[in-house]
Amino acid sequence: MSEKKTNRRDFLFTATYAVGAVGIGATIWPMIDQMNPDASVKALASTEVDVSTVDPGKTITVLWRGKPVFIRRRTLEEIAEAKAVKLEDLKHPEKDEDRAKNPEWLVMLGVCTHLGCVPLDQKGDYNGWFCPCHGSHYDISGRIRKGPAPTNMEVPKYEFVSANTIKIG
Amino acid sequence: MKNLFRISIFIILVVCFHNKSFAAEKVEYLKTDWSFKGLFGKFDRGALQRGYQVYTEVCASCHSMKYLSYRNLAEKGGPEFTEAQAKVIAASFEVKDGPNADGEMFTRPGKLSDKFVMPYENVKAAQAANGGAYPPDMSVLVKARGGGVDYIYSLLQGYEDPPADIKLDDGVYYNKFMYGNKIKMANQLSDGLVEYADGTNSTVEQMSKDVTTFLMWAAEPHLESRHQMGFKAILYLIILTILVYFSMKRIWSRIETEV
Amino acid sequence: MSDHEYTPKSKVGKWFNDRLPLLTLANHLTDYPTPKNLNYWWTFGGILTFCLITQIVTGLVLAMHYIAHADMAFDSVEHIMRDVNYGWLIRYIHANGASMFFLAVYIHIFRSLFYGSYKSPREIIWIIGIIIYLLMMAAAFMGYVLPWGQMSFWGATVITNLFSAIPLVGEGIVTWLWGGYSVDNPTLTRFFTLHYLIPFLILGLVVLHIWALHVPGNNNPVGIDIQKPSKDTVPFHPYIVIKDGFALLMFMIVFAFFVFYTPNILGHADNYIEADPLVTPAHIVPEWYLLPFYAILRSVPDKLLGVVAMLSAILILAALPWLDTSKIRSAVFRPLYRQFYWILVIDVLILGYVGAMPAEGLYLLIARVATAYYFLHFLVILPVLGFKEKTLPIPLSITEPVLGGSPNFATARNKESFTNK
Repeated sequence: MSEKKTNRRDFLFTATYAVGAVGIGATIWPMIDQMNPDASVKALASTEVDVSTVDPGKTITVLWRGKPVFIRRRTLEEIAEAKAVKLEDLKHPEKDEDRAKNPEWLVMLGVCTHLGCVPLDQKGDYNGWFCPCHGSHYDISGRIRKGPAPTNMEVPKYEFVSANTIKIG
Repeated sequence: MKNLFRISIFIILVVCFHNKSFAAEKVEYLKTDWSFKGLFGKFDRGALQRGYQVYTEVCASCHSMKYLSYRNLAEKGGPEFTEAQAKVIAASFEVKDGPNADGEMFTRPGKLSDKFVMPYENVKAAQAANGGAYPPDMSVLVKARGGGVDYIYSLLQGYEDPPADIKLDDGVYYNKFMYGNKIKMANQLSDGLVEYADGTNSTVEQMSKDVTTFLMWAAEPHLESRHQMGFKAILYLIILTILVYFSMKRIWSRIETEV
Repeated sequence: MSDHEYTPKSKVGKWFNDRLPLLTLANHLTDYPTPKNLNYWWTFGGILTFCLITQIVTGLVLAMHYIAHADMAFDSVEHIMRDVNYGWLIRYIHANGASMFFLAVYIHIFRSLFYGSYKSPREIIWIIGIIIYLLMMAAAFMGYVLPWGQMSFWGATVITNLFSAIPLVGEGIVTWLWGGYSVDNPTLTRFFTLHYLIPFLILGLVVLHIWALHVPGNNNPVGIDIQKPSKDTVPFHPYIVIKDGFALLMFMIVFAFFVFYTPNILGHADNYIEADPLVTPAHIVPEWYLLPFYAILRSVPDKLLGVVAMLSAILILAALPWLDTSKIRSAVFRPLYRQFYWILVIDVLILGYVGAMPAEGLYLLIARVATAYYFLHFLVILPVLGFKEKTLPIPLSITEPVLGGSPNFATARNKESFTNK
């Protein structure tokens, strides 16, 4: 009899605690979520770039989502060099064809995958990019070849909306 | 419990008292049923879409809505145009952008992320084009007027010939719901002015109601989720209050005192 | 604090506690002997703590998105309302939270007035409370300026101009407050800074307020000193915690109703119009919680004296422990004071009402009478009442009326009838 009473009391207190905890959780979530990208930031997800003025062998840098995007018009030698690399020599094996659908144009986030610095153009041991922060070397396909960076520079979603216009995002 | 009751009464009294203190200045507005009032109030999608049509075809030539973006038209709880429709709407506007690589501004078709295009470059230009009166931005207009939706709804239908003893200057009109009865906006609505896409008969009353609903949404775009969340939150609080009440009774029963 | 003898059970706990007695503090807070006859009016201390924490947390969040610049403040508030995830919820909680905070603090203050909680030995608690109240008003006023709407701008203009009433240096002070020749961007940024700072000052004072409370212990509805711990007290945890929690939840239901269903009713429509230095709104009214003082300000026809009257109306409260000459704390045993107490409550409500009305004609007359009565209450009625009033006999302990089985303290106190039972 008295045992039963204790159980009921325990149930009441447990239920109260449990329901209270749910409420606290539900209250904390908005306070956390408010720091996520807001609706206006999410809406600015794409940008269009006119690349008609870029000469072969040159790179332009544009801003997309607050980060630099490298757009390089590669020369024929550079394309040949990028394609010639054997996959087994790569730390993060990716074919050049997969990174640059149109081999003339390499579009990638200009952000070192190590700790987020912006690599320098046409520097380093592999004729591609070199990150001055901690010495990562990238080749002409933006693939990591030497240094601390773990992966190749990221290729964002993009498409050619016309012959001279790239839409990133 | 008796005290608790008294506290509640006190709170209610204070609130009523506050509201009443402003009641004196109110005039009798025209009444209509607003679907967004009440605990579960929601917007009427049809009215919002029609209201948007009235806004673009009638109001937008003078009134800006600078806090709205075309993407809002496709967002949940709003007019809920499909994304494709909203894109078409956005693209029908010329948006000023730039500077381009040559340092010049250019225009391009609107995108979902663009804000509503403003009818005038700035406030001064708006004043110059409207005889010195600035047509107010409509983004939060409903919340910026004491009478809220009822006031806007009434104002749109409140144009009358002025009484004999009132003389109006050029460009000033008589409206029985306007503060001071003098308004610089001419009557804009007339029956059949807008041809509604959904075939609704566009009477002045209908258009007033639709555009006011649209303005309410523009001012409170999260009204629907607010109502839904509010109901859940209050229901939750009531359940927890009941649980805590019984826990409290249980705890206080250990001693010989009424709680 | 009478719990020096507390020692933690675990070895680590003891090691820690010898170096920083946090566990002793926690033990003191849980075991703190509280009068067991506290009624629901006593739960507003806990409710106010909740309000303060809510305002600080939501305020921190809003500050992450708000831009304190005259050109962008209004836009950034709309950005919060439209685009920030749950931004509308957080802002409405913050805006209505200010009103709920004041609602609770007024109940808290009037509870003190009724039960004489400001009297010896609790004068310091009371005075700290008055300082907190003043800071709350400053924080609320500056917070109202931040959205940079019409009421923000003109409220700031009117309130800062109060300082121009000070002879000789007034104009200089106002210019200094503004950082310019009118309320403008420098004013906004400094108000934002101070609005951010003040809640933390309040938090510090709340700690002192509670500390000062824990020295003599709580007053109680009977208003007599009690032995603690004794059969008249219960440990703070779980008895008072659960009761405060229950009252807090009731309060939160009201709060939630405002936030979710009428979030703008306590605000003013004009504040959704962006600040315009060229046009003053037809009706300038402060937020409801400042209306009584606004009425006092306007009821005096002289600029300087109006400001003095308004400030005195608040500061006079600090002198209350000495103005009230009665030795009896609780109004339960003071039949005359009880009546004057309710007249004061009505008087303040009337002041609030006329504060919202235009200062002309009958309203002005009522405001003047009510202002005069307000001061009369504190300066004349209270001191005289202490000497003239015939108070009811008070019980020896708070358990006595409870054991007597009658809530009617007067009969319970009646020794004969008590012993005859």
